[in-house]
Amino acid sequence: MTTLAPAPTGVLDVACQTAETAAFRAQDWFAVLRQQGWHTFQSLPMPTRDNEKWRFSDARTLSLDGYAPAAAPTPTQAADLIARSRLITDAAGLMVHVDGHCVLKPTLSAELIAQGVIFESLEDAVRTRPALLQEHLLKHPVRLGSDKFAALHRAWLRAGYILHVPKGVEVKQPFVSVTWTLTEGVAVFPHALIIAGERAQVDIHDFHFAARPDQRALAISACDIHAGTGSHVRRFAVQAWSSATQSFQVDNTCGGRDALISSVNAAVGARRARLENTVHIDGPGADVRLYGISVASGEQEFDQRTLQIHTAGNAKSDLLFKNALLGKARTIFSGLIKVEPDAQHTDAYQTNRNLLLSPDAEADSLPGLEIEANDVKCSHGATTGQIDPAELFYLRARGIPLAVAQEILAQGFLEEILAKVGHEEAANAVREMLRQKFHQA
Amino acid sequence: MADIDEDQTQREAIEIDRSKGDFKYEENYAFDAGIGLTPATIDYIAKVKGEEEWIREFRQKSLKIFQDLPMPTHWATADLENIKFGDIRYYLSKGQKPVRTWEEVPDDVKKTFERLGIPESERKFLAGVEAQFDSEAVYSRMKDELAQLGVIFCGPTEGLRDHPEIFRKWFGKVIPVGDNKFSALNSAVFSGGSFIYIPKGVKVAQPLQAYFRINAENFGQFERTLIIADEGAEVTYMEGCTAPKFETATLHSAVVELVALKGAKIQYITVQNWSANVFNLVTKRGVAEEDAEVRWIDCNIGSRLTMKYPGVVLRGKRARGEVLSIALANDGQHQDTGAKMIHAADDTTSNIIAKSISVGNGRSTYRGLVHIPKTLQNCRNNTECDALLINEHSRTDTYPAISVRGRKNSVQHEASVSKVSAEQIFYMMQRGLSEGEAMSLAVNGFVNDLVKEFPMEYSVELKRLIELQMEGSVG
Repeated sequence: MTTLAPAPTGVLDVACQTAETAAFRAQDWFAVLRQQGWHTFQSLPMPTRDNEKWRFSDARTLSLDGYAPAAAPTPTQAADLIARSRLITDAAGLMVHVDGHCVLKPTLSAELIAQGVIFESLEDAVRTRPALLQEHLLKHPVRLGSDKFAALHRAWLRAGYILHVPKGVEVKQPFVSVTWTLTEGVAVFPHALIIAGERAQVDIHDFHFAARPDQRALAISACDIHAGTGSHVRRFAVQAWSSATQSFQVDNTCGGRDALISSVNAAVGARRARLENTVHIDGPGADVRLYGISVASGEQEFDQRTLQIHTAGNAKSDLLFKNALLGKARTIFSGLIKVEPDAQHTDAYQTNRNLLLSPDAEADSLPGLEIEANDVKCSHGATTGQIDPAELFYLRARGIPLAVAQEILAQGFLEEILAKVGHEEAANAVREMLRQKFHQA
Repeated sequence: MADIDEDQTQREAIEIDRSKGDFKYEENYAFDAGIGLTPATIDYIAKVKGEEEWIREFRQKSLKIFQDLPMPTHWATADLENIKFGDIRYYLSKGQKPVRTWEEVPDDVKKTFERLGIPESERKFLAGVEAQFDSEAVYSRMKDELAQLGVIFCGPTEGLRDHPEIFRKWFGKVIPVGDNKFSALNSAVFSGGSFIYIPKGVKVAQPLQAYFRINAENFGQFERTLIIADEGAEVTYMEGCTAPKFETATLHSAVVELVALKGAKIQYITVQNWSANVFNLVTKRGVAEEDAEVRWIDCNIGSRLTMKYPGVVLRGKRARGEVLSIALANDGQHQDTGAKMIHAADDTTSNIIAKSISVGNGRSTYRGLVHIPKTLQNCRNNTECDALLINEHSRTDTYPAISVRGRKNSVQHEASVSKVSAEQIFYMMQRGLSEGEAMSLAVNGFVNDLVKEFPMEYSVELKRLIELQMEGSVG
């Protein structure tokens, strides 16, 4: 790894943050939002392991030192990464960020523009659509423990996109956003804001990639989904940062009346990756499905924290997180279903399945329920185990080598989730990442 | 109209106003450590009990740890803050008996006893009229029979004084003083409880009942129990009883340690039915050596707040641990119960089955811990927790923590929350049952497979008790 001199201006540097905020002088509300983020960040302590929200996490090794925002990439670098971003051939629009700078703005069809669809970089939208952003941007409190990191995200907020599909508009093709880290020691804060109007339908694919497999980086991302009455929102998020990245992702998913949301999170990258998703089931008839898969290897730590809050009755939520563990990896799944007193006739489920493929791997599960309404159907299940020896024997008896047989069975274990992506090309891209990961391990 | 009146009476019968059960104490400071907790209180207890110096030091050290440890409110309920440690009487020695006459016992309590089918002679004891239920005879006969087998069955003071070679080795070892704030408190002020040793190969046929022994002396508010089953020995121990127990003390904090040596089996049965003003904060843990089995059967019906998570440390190969738990939380109650399984050897298995029922605005919580470290293989755990919510404002929570490493280990956890289905109730009411009867039948069905694990007389009483608790809950 190349050693660089410590960055003169890092993400913890007030002068640096203030200088960047000054660029938004004309957008007063946005500058204020960033300033509030900075103050909150400074007022909060780093999390420690005795905090219940960080139970099982390796909180001791958390560090924000030595990361800095990077300058825009050269045109050659940008062109190369844009080329590598063209994964989905039928995309309704493709946006590419490198080191927090938007290098490719999407070109939407005339039809979509006429329908009022917005898919813009956040930096542009801050200037052009303040009303829409002020209504929806970062409106939820951080409930699952990453308050400090979320505040830093707010303080450095600039990169990312807003996707707005207005009332009654159905877009069949997926919108695609690809975010890269390129510079050693870079800090990125990608933000995704997805707003679906009444009866709107939208698909979004979010890819988080690293230009080099071992570069050091800090990524604090956030994604807020606002699904309006009767809308359908499908999101597929792929986290494939470099193996030396610390990643924190703080998401909020809000389902209004009769909204249908399906969210699939796939994780293969980062040294440590923490995913927090707070799901607000605010409207009766809403149906929110959360799926997660990860393949953790080496010394990776995947920390998944979810909260399903049912405030409205007659709604549904379902969660399934599957983790396959290799090497000395560790996964933590901590989920809570909270049914508020008036949310009668709730159906809420939560399942975590862990497949230990190595004796040194560790899977921790904290599946929780807090139920304050009586007429509900709620359950959770958590299992941790190995590959079934009978299944392994079956394959080996047919001449398949042990390692291959294990890989086939592990892929089969994860396939259940990939089948939910609903876009073959995107699912295949992830299947290939998983295959490579098994081969490296 | 007659029906309504009868319903009303039944409802009153279970809504016991426990404030009516206040005891009075004779002021006799020769046997009373007074109110509050200081090093002097500890010295006083040790002196009255005539304990050896090392026990006094152990108590003093524990007090220090208790005072240093914070309240665990970062995960536990804030209700703990309502405990006023300074207002508690930590020790009442032998001879200090509560005084109350049978006439002072509220009628509804008398009715409850009747409904439970408790014998006349026991009722007075349970109502707190007689501190000494006629159990001396039962106890001494039992003691003679056990003595012939070499079984030691005594209190902690006698145990540590007369058999230090057996008990000192394990005392405070399964549950270290600093395990939690309340185990430290118990270690500082413990008195009462059972110390039991079962020699090699002895299989005690009859369950040992704390009921008979502890009642022969002052009932322990800070009980300390240590049961050692030597190689191949087997024993069943029963604590508590199904009848509501009136208590003056609002804080109960027991420590129970079980040691099952190679091939031994210990079964520990608890039925907890403290009055609704009691904080019941108990630490229970067993160690199971090679091929040994520790089984906790735990039933919590009373108290204001119970926090109790019986655990098993599976220390020897092929050891087995089990927790079967029933919790019933009625209005104003919080049953925070669960189980811990610490796997520490290969081929160990554990099983947890917990069922809870929340009635009215009652809250029941399951907290669990399953730990399998990386050096182990072929360990298995199965956890099932089911919750039943009866009324609109009933509440249930489930907070398991599962940590698995190693090879060929497998863990499964399942939890479900449900209510009694309207169809079930309708079906039974169609056949002439009242709604209350239908509900209690459904609830009894829900816990039935666990209740039948209790000894016969307990399971009969438990069923009646559940019926009683359910009667006022619907309609």
